[in-house]
Amino acid sequence: MVPLIEAVDVSKRFAGGLGRESTLALAGLSLAIYAEKPAIIAVVGESGSGKTTLARLLLGLTAPSGGEIRYRGTDLRQLDRDTWRAFRHDVQAVFQDPYGVYNPFYRVDHVLKTPLRRLRLAASPAQARRLISEALRSVGLQPDEILGRFPHQLSGGQRQRVMVARALLLQPKLIVADEPVSMVDASLRATILGSLRQLTDEHGISILYITHDLATAYQVSDAILVLYRAHLAEAGAVEQVVTAPRHPYTQLLVSAIPRVHAARDWLQREEDLRPIDRAPAAAGCCFADRCPVAMPACGAAPPGLYRTEPRRAVACVQYQDYPMLAPGDPGAVLWA
Amino acid sequence: MRAVDDVSFALAPGERFGLAGESGSGKSTLALSILRLIKPPGRIAAGEVWLAGTRLADLDADRIRALRLAGIALVPQGSMNSLNPVLRIGRQITDAFADHGQHLGRSEHERRVRASLARVGLSENVARMYPHELSGGMKQRACIAIAISLRPRVIIADEPTSALDVVVQRQVMATLARVQQDLGAALILIGHDMGLMAQFVDRLAVMYAGRLVEVAPIAEIIANPRHPYTRALIASLPSLDARGTLAGIPGLAPLLRQLPAGCAFHPRCPKAVERCLSEKPPVRDLAGAQVACHLA
Repeated sequence: MVPLIEAVDVSKRFAGGLGRESTLALAGLSLAIYAEKPAIIAVVGESGSGKTTLARLLLGLTAPSGGEIRYRGTDLRQLDRDTWRAFRHDVQAVFQDPYGVYNPFYRVDHVLKTPLRRLRLAASPAQARRLISEALRSVGLQPDEILGRFPHQLSGGQRQRVMVARALLLQPKLIVADEPVSMVDASLRATILGSLRQLTDEHGISILYITHDLATAYQVSDAILVLYRAHLAEAGAVEQVVTAPRHPYTQLLVSAIPRVHAARDWLQREEDLRPIDRAPAAAGCCFADRCPVAMPACGAAPPGLYRTEPRRAVACVQYQDYPMLAPGDPGAVLWA
Repeated sequence: MRAVDDVSFALAPGERFGLAGESGSGKSTLALSILRLIKPPGRIAAGEVWLAGTRLADLDADRIRALRLAGIALVPQGSMNSLNPVLRIGRQITDAFADHGQHLGRSEHERRVRASLARVGLSENVARMYPHELSGGMKQRACIAIAISLRPRVIIADEPTSALDVVVQRQVMATLARVQQDLGAALILIGHDMGLMAQFVDRLAVMYAGRLVEVAPIAEIIANPRHPYTRALIASLPSLDARGTLAGIPGLAPLLRQLPAGCAFHPRCPKAVERCLSEKPPVRDLAGAQVACHLA
């Protein structure tokens, strides 16, 4: 089975300016997404973890410094014009800012009609209108409340759902959604994430859900990748990774979420009062400087990736007795 | 239109008080009116604010200016972006002293800057750094250092961690808690994350469309939310316990210029009855909680 989109040992390094060191944004990650297996895959990490870089690489917006991004088996850099157009059609994006993506001088209809015209998806204006109305209804919007309006006349939640409708309109195989709900009120997040879930369940569209919010990732996704400072820390079935995290970083992430129905001990952790300085990445494990269980071995060499369960891989030396996987490649653990 | 309407509450010294609601519910407007920072044409049409026996409305412009920071300090939303990019952090802290008429000697200035930074867990080197050299969490701590430099009695923190990652969020909130305890100051935390409220505040007020709908001790509100909006707000928080339970609040927050008649929440309320459509519910005292709901 040839993956729809595949990242093969992809890394990205941004050059530093005059005299500055370059920054490693992504260190050798592999990931395959199959058209035959629609799923929501969450990519979770803090700012600077490389998750947005991964999104931009998969969308073909930036070229990898090492490794390859492949569309149906071919390196993106080798695609001919027609295949590039097919790639542009199959892979759609929903971005974080539901304000910035609209041109304020155009009615919102513009963002819906343009891709239909560019990709020649509608035979007539009447058909275009029908497709647009269907797409808006399937994300819970009333077409007559939306069409003909200007972006500033819609709420943030409505604007973000129009972007989801736009992605749906093109019937892509994959939507890369980079922080789609982080600028939306909590009460609306559920609705937008619900429409994304529907796209997967009812339309067979895979979603790469990029977020810093582990709790929403847990709620909507099937599999998860946790990134830390450009490196894969843990990956696998979301239920396992979130309810019983194995990597010390994932454990820290889970414990840092303030919970409503839990003992009030959230603030009582000493580690949090340590100064937060940005330490340069050492030769060993990139989490070693913050890790509560770090051993001498952790500072010497980067940890291998170990398959601790059929559906989980952890990049931590604590699990070195388990079978080793290729570095940065969770492979089959993401798939049921 | 009224952005905030008929809101009353009292804050005890050392208390952590939460103010929760969706965007547009009037939380930030309330904070600004406490500080008399409402910009024209907005104005405070009625009501008063008292701080330790002083009615703020009686103060002239100079005295209210002196009171901000020294009496009541605000950590505004997105405040880490409000640092001046071309001034070192230390200078931005001493500006606060100078602005409040405290012209001190240089060594005294330095000592106070070090003390302010130490209180928020930043090393003294940070005083010589520019904002771009700091991470988001450090910038937010620097803002807290400025806010508390004059030892205020009340700290108002408006979504102080909305742009930060969870781990850094906890570090910043722990810093805020420690500073607040050191100073014995009261703290008002504004936000919509009910998890954060549950873990941080002592008492919570829930706002909807400019009014308070429920005020109660936090443990009480979490265990037994009485207003349907409070229940919905808690339910809209993604849970880590059961998957597939994420529930939004149906409908949209009302526009302030066209509030629904009766209870402003009735169009979105799953329990609304006839009476809610016409009669505005008054705030009633119910065994330790204040609730504005006909059905509570």
